[in-house]
Amino acid sequence: MGTVDSIVQYVQDHLQDGPVAIKEAAEAGKIILGMYCTYMPWELIHAAGAIGAGLCAKSSKPIPAAEEHLPRNLCPLIKASYGHALQDSCPYFHFCHAVLAETTCDGKKKMYELLNRIKPVYTLQIPQRSDRPEDLKQLKEEFYKIREYLEELVGRRITQEDLRQAITLRNAERRALRSLWELSREEDPPLSGMELEHFSEYMQFSFDKETAVPWLEEQVRRIRQAWERGERPQGSGRPRILVTGCPLGGIPKVIEAIENAGGTVVCYENCGGQKEMGFLVDETKDPMEALAEKYLATGCSIMSPNRHRIESLDFLMEHYRVDGVVEVLLTACHTYAVEAHTVRERVQAREKKYILVETDYSESDREQLATRMDAFIEML
Amino acid sequence: MSDCSIGIDIGSVAVKGVLLEGASLKTAMAPTGWNPRESALQVLQNLCGQRGISSPPSSIPLVATGYGRKYLECAGKHVTEITCHSRGVRHLVPEARTVLDIGGQDSKVILMNPHGGVESFAMNDKCAAGTGRFFQMMAHALEFSMEEFGSVSPEGEFQPISSMCAVFAESEVIGHLARGVTRESIVRGLLHSIASRSATMLTKNGLLPPLFFSGGVSQSSSLRRFLEKELKVPVLWDPCSQFAGALGAARIGLEEKTNHGNRG
Repeated sequence: MGTVDSIVQYVQDHLQDGPVAIKEAAEAGKIILGMYCTYMPWELIHAAGAIGAGLCAKSSKPIPAAEEHLPRNLCPLIKASYGHALQDSCPYFHFCHAVLAETTCDGKKKMYELLNRIKPVYTLQIPQRSDRPEDLKQLKEEFYKIREYLEELVGRRITQEDLRQAITLRNAERRALRSLWELSREEDPPLSGMELEHFSEYMQFSFDKETAVPWLEEQVRRIRQAWERGERPQGSGRPRILVTGCPLGGIPKVIEAIENAGGTVVCYENCGGQKEMGFLVDETKDPMEALAEKYLATGCSIMSPNRHRIESLDFLMEHYRVDGVVEVLLTACHTYAVEAHTVRERVQAREKKYILVETDYSESDREQLATRMDAFIEML
Repeated sequence: MSDCSIGIDIGSVAVKGVLLEGASLKTAMAPTGWNPRESALQVLQNLCGQRGISSPPSSIPLVATGYGRKYLECAGKHVTEITCHSRGVRHLVPEARTVLDIGGQDSKVILMNPHGGVESFAMNDKCAAGTGRFFQMMAHALEFSMEEFGSVSPEGEFQPISSMCAVFAESEVIGHLARGVTRESIVRGLLHSIASRSATMLTKNGLLPPLFFSGGVSQSSSLRRFLEKELKVPVLWDPCSQFAGALGAARIGLEEKTNHGNRG
């Protein structure tokens, strides 16, 4: 087994470690806060000495239970989030003291009202515009409010120094992830898109960042060396694909379809990919101001206008020299579905091929996805 | 036999086969039925019979396409129906830039660049509205054969049909019949709805004329007329429209062989 394969194997072998880690943290008396979204300022939670854990939202199993309270025609991510909570089938939800929620899309914010009956929910108000000074002011004020909430919860003040340290640590994680993603800029990249996803997942549930970040930096160094020595585990000449759109948590089948068709995903613009972790917090500014600035610039389709996403796509398409863009929509996600028209125009204006697929967490469209992706890769 | 090639298109309703040899084109078709593999082999056998051989020698390229393409293990290559349709249409009508294909259970739009390569495509395979299956159900409800249904004159009054869902449209049709609306008027209403739905799919995906109409449903001359009225562009068609996918597969086989020949 080559160096790259053995590192990938290690990551895959440890993808299920999260539940045990969170149980141990809970037993050690740590305060655990559940969260769903990229807009949630991880740095504030960490500065409060608590653990921010991403909650389960990517399985089709809890959806029938959720549909007893929620409409069927709702995005699967919202239904799965709620269903897991109802059924107590998410270890992170089980161990969390409260849920830090956010007003992103309409479906989520109304679901949180129901979720509040199961666990205390604190809802951060996200502005729906990001281009005016008052939007920044609003988010900054919201960050001050959640800071107070956290201070009350943990029973101590968050100092500026705590915040600065948290920002430095999270930025180090972002830089390490970016250096991992940079590997895919190479011709015949060492990692497949599915493997990139596994690394992101591994890092998400590695709560001890002080250990996990240097570990990741070391693995990236080893993978790069192996690639420079000529290791090419993905073979050569595969079309380079950028994936954008809704979060991909519950739909690895899309990535599988792309890569089984002969393509390689070299970049994720989505949440969990470049959308949040691709951008650093300015360490030279006042921490609260810098945090508000950074999170406000998240290119989510709930923002109107949403120039940050389009600008980011422009940059990423060139930076990763992509041949085609696959936009993934979860059923009934209206904001991404409408924005898809603008994204298609922009991608085609850059003379890249574009395809849109709409899917959910079920297995029923595997064949249909395969046909689309086979045809898309044949086009390139 | 050096310029000979076979393409098999395993669709949801029918298996289509084409044997291409120079300018000559032999075709065969069979219902897909419950066993796509058997039906495909039957079509292959039929083509070989027409050529006067018992089975295809390994020197003849064999390319499979369509949703059931993987069932034909003996094919040298499997290519999606998107790519094959664009190649087949290019063979039939080289100037075409857009293909509307309506098959047994799905419909698709393919945009091609001036060289015949696929530029983009869209598929509707989640709903049978307006597909061959829909045609069959409505013809059955109105006690028309498929041929009669597809050739009801496009001129004359039509009964607007509000639902395109195969199940709801059927009960709506029965309701209109009960109120004494003529069968022809209902058929025109249904064809109008299918044309309008297809026109939306075409314009949404950036229709570039000339437009070519392929797939089993394209055989309805009345539907083609309704589509022309809806889009205000000519709708190109060929008696071999239904074989466009299989023809494209045969073309791909031939090109691969030539390329290999050049290299070898």
